[in-house]
Amino acid sequence: MCRLSAITSSDYFSPMENIHALETMKEGHDGSGLGLMLKDMAGPFADYKQYPTLSAICSNKGLGMLEGYMKAQGFIEKFSWEPPIKNVPGVERREHYIAKVYDYPARYKDRPKAEQEDLLMHTRLALRLMGEPDGSLFVFSFYPDVLTLKEVGDPLQLGEFFGIEKSGIKSRIVLAQGRQNTNYAIYLYACHPFFIQGYATMTNGENTAFVPIREFLTGRGNEGYTGYNSDSEVFTHIMHYTNRTLGYPLPYYKDIITPMKDAEIEKRSDGAALRLLKKSLRPLCIDGPNCVIGFTPDGTVFMVQDSKKLRPGAVGGKAGKYALMSEVCGVDSASPDRDKSTDIFPMKYDMVIIAPGAQEVQVWNQLHG
Amino acid sequence: MESASRLDKNHQLSLKELPYIVQWREDRCTRCGRCTAVCPMKSIEATVYTQRVVSSEGSGPEPKVSRRLTQVVRQVTDIDRYCIGCGTCTLVCPTDAIFPEYNFQHKLYHVKNKGGIPFMRGGRRNDPSQSTLDKLKFTRISMLTDPALDAGRHEFRIRTLLGRNLPAEQLPLTVQGDKLIAAAGSFVPPVREIYPIRIGSMSIGALSPHMWEGLAMGITYLNEVEGLPVVMCSGEGGMPPSILKSRYMKYFILQIASGYFGWDEIIRALPDMIEDPAAIEIKYGQGAKPGDGGLLQAYKVLGRIAKIRGVPQFVDLASPPTHQTKYSIEEAVAKMIQSMSMAWGFRVPVYPKISGTKTARAVLNNLARNPYAAALCIDGEDGGTGAAYNVSMDKMGHPIASNIRDCYLDLVKQGKQNELPLIAAGGVGKGGNLAANAAALIMLGASAVDTGKYMMQAAAGCFGDEYNRCNVCNLGKCPRGITTQDPKLYRRLDPDKVAERVVEVFKAADVELKKIFAPLGRSTELPIGMSDALGVNDKEIADRLQISYVC
Ligand code: SF4
Ligand code: SF4
Repeated sequence: MCRLSAITSSDYFSPMENIHALETMKEGHDGSGLGLMLKDMAGPFADYKQYPTLSAICSNKGLGMLEGYMKAQGFIEKFSWEPPIKNVPGVERREHYIAKVYDYPARYKDRPKAEQEDLLMHTRLALRLMGEPDGSLFVFSFYPDVLTLKEVGDPLQLGEFFGIEKSGIKSRIVLAQGRQNTNYAIYLYACHPFFIQGYATMTNGENTAFVPIREFLTGRGNEGYTGYNSDSEVFTHIMHYTNRTLGYPLPYYKDIITPMKDAEIEKRSDGAALRLLKKSLRPLCIDGPNCVIGFTPDGTVFMVQDSKKLRPGAVGGKAGKYALMSEVCGVDSASPDRDKSTDIFPMKYDMVIIAPGAQEVQVWNQLHG
Repeated sequence: MESASRLDKNHQLSLKELPYIVQWREDRCTRCGRCTAVCPMKSIEATVYTQRVVSSEGSGPEPKVSRRLTQVVRQVTDIDRYCIGCGTCTLVCPTDAIFPEYNFQHKLYHVKNKGGIPFMRGGRRNDPSQSTLDKLKFTRISMLTDPALDAGRHEFRIRTLLGRNLPAEQLPLTVQGDKLIAAAGSFVPPVREIYPIRIGSMSIGALSPHMWEGLAMGITYLNEVEGLPVVMCSGEGGMPPSILKSRYMKYFILQIASGYFGWDEIIRALPDMIEDPAAIEIKYGQGAKPGDGGLLQAYKVLGRIAKIRGVPQFVDLASPPTHQTKYSIEEAVAKMIQSMSMAWGFRVPVYPKISGTKTARAVLNNLARNPYAAALCIDGEDGGTGAAYNVSMDKMGHPIASNIRDCYLDLVKQGKQNELPLIAAGGVGKGGNLAANAAALIMLGASAVDTGKYMMQAAAGCFGDEYNRCNVCNLGKCPRGITTQDPKLYRRLDPDKVAERVVEVFKAADVELKKIFAPLGRSTELPIGMSDALGVNDKEIADRLQISYVC
């Protein structure tokens, strides 16, 4: 089972905190990979918050392809960053780990946000398509104020490899996943967290309903619903589909992936709507075992469980900084001096929601809506 | 030189031509006469033979030969009275003195066309080989990396949806504050939540009153006592007004077929109906006999049936092979679906049933564009029937597995797999594996399955099988009293016992479905299209169905 480590804070912090938390949960991951996703950044990216950042791994050839394509599309490079790589034993270094900040092509500058976001997604997918056949280019995210770093290896070693302390990268939200490789060969596109248009999630467990969900999502007519090298990628896309495409408020994510029984639905004030959702979105129902942690474009961070709560999950901290981890030792690492009696262990009906700024934890209960 | 009398037998059949040869044990037979009385085909008769007896009575061997007359049970070789292997004689014999044995060398099909009339029968395709459905296994077992569920402990929701599910984009929902509110009064197509195994269409004329009552009582009990929302289809030919106007109507799907039999009564009952039917099925085809209409042979058109159907007694009731008014799917079929919907105020799902065919996808793609079509039921070649030409049953039609799979994958391409449910029928439970066949079809993409023949076999002891055993459902002579309107025959069948068996069958299937779904890690929603769970040790089947090959 992979280990998950998310922190949301009102102050900027280093993603090393997440990596240390993963280290305390080490029994659960075998060091087969690390995925880091930073949102709302300080440090080298502080001046570029409104510009989209493209996070990628590539070879020299891939880099050439990337630059050529971006130029042809009219993107103007404003800033380019590479982590200060330090070779460490056990981590195989690739040619480039890059994050490039761009300004929108002239014709997109004044377009509505949604159209700009579509452009970013299409650009990411086009680059993926170009680079995937020969593995020369992997693009993980392309969105304002979001950075992704992924690599195969032990999380702590990778922290050193990426020179995270030295680089000075900081952010207010970090999702980190320590990978336990199970069914799939280690492939960069199978590594969590997954990202689409401002939404990111990471998951532990396996999603037994993966195939029907994948088939449903690919039929939604959204080019972005692709990839699926991991059965967990669907969780990101379900969130995107329900919240962005359908415009449903965030907690309905829980109602869609784990619909309640009819008798329970009757008791909700929005029962009539839930009854319709349960039918129309029936293929998105999961059976777990999964704990999903993620963020939305506005910086809200959440955690949900499958309907049988087959995976652990703990949330703790204090106003201004909360940790959402797959195990309590991870919370201890990220927030050692909190009042432990306020720790939250979301149960099967719960959705933990923490608004940007991390001032308080809201536990939304599905039974009451 | 041969005698003239012997040459005369040249145009007679020998027992070796017959599909079943009756084995009769003289030593056991008490000559009670029950077998000959009960035989539905009059295939056996009491007669006398002269027997040569050798006896010796003195103290030393003094063999004497004498001749004596003895009563025997003899099988006749008249093709009109061929033994159908039903075994009713065995059933009634007090001393186990008689039983039919299948004869693999038979020439039934060579000779069963007297008067230029091809062989007709009931039952289904006479193919006893293992069906594709029975070859499929469930090979994605949750182990350690993801806990398997516990069929006994975890909550399971084995239900499916019958009806058009609007895509989420079209739902009448608005966001008010942080809540989704369903706009009152806006039209949402009717969708029923039902059990995914249904009792497929078997008409009230085809079935005996006791059989029909038994099934109806069984599903009522399942719904009202066991909480399993099993529904059953009326088949063509209407329903008794007493049920039409009862609160039980909600457990029935009303079928309208090309003969429109029974619909006068239904329309007349409409104003007095207190419950809507579960759905309306428009029958365009039947898997057992594609291209043939329904047929109720005159032997079965007796008083009550004639009344329900609104026809005179003792006439063959043949429905045309097609709906005569339906010249195109785009207009006429759409209109039929719409008019049926309208008759019940758009409160009842209306869907067509077609026989399995290579052209099913064309039908499907048209229905996918018709917002009133509530589902598509496809009846594969292994479906059963009460009466059809043998050639239609054995040689016409399309297997259900690849037909359903193709249709499902087509829907997936259009993103409509949840919108238009597919119902698979034809051979479900053929080898006795009702739940496993149903689960396999669901994972290939069906939302629900129909079963008919299996119910007759499991709930009422139907003798029929794929060695052409019995299969005289068309003649009104059903020895089990299942498919006959003759009170002397159907009084053999106790409707309460049928009902009890229906309940047992569904309860057992429910447990088995859980036993299949739990190790796959599925319990909340039906694993429709969960094809990654399926495997088969036949590469060609695997490739065709796009599932994994395992060996
Ligand atoms: S098996 Fe059936 S048809 Fe054959 S002799 Fe016995 S009762 Fe008659
Ligand atoms: S027992 Fe009755 S229903 Fe079954 S095959 Fe024979 S005639 Fe048909």
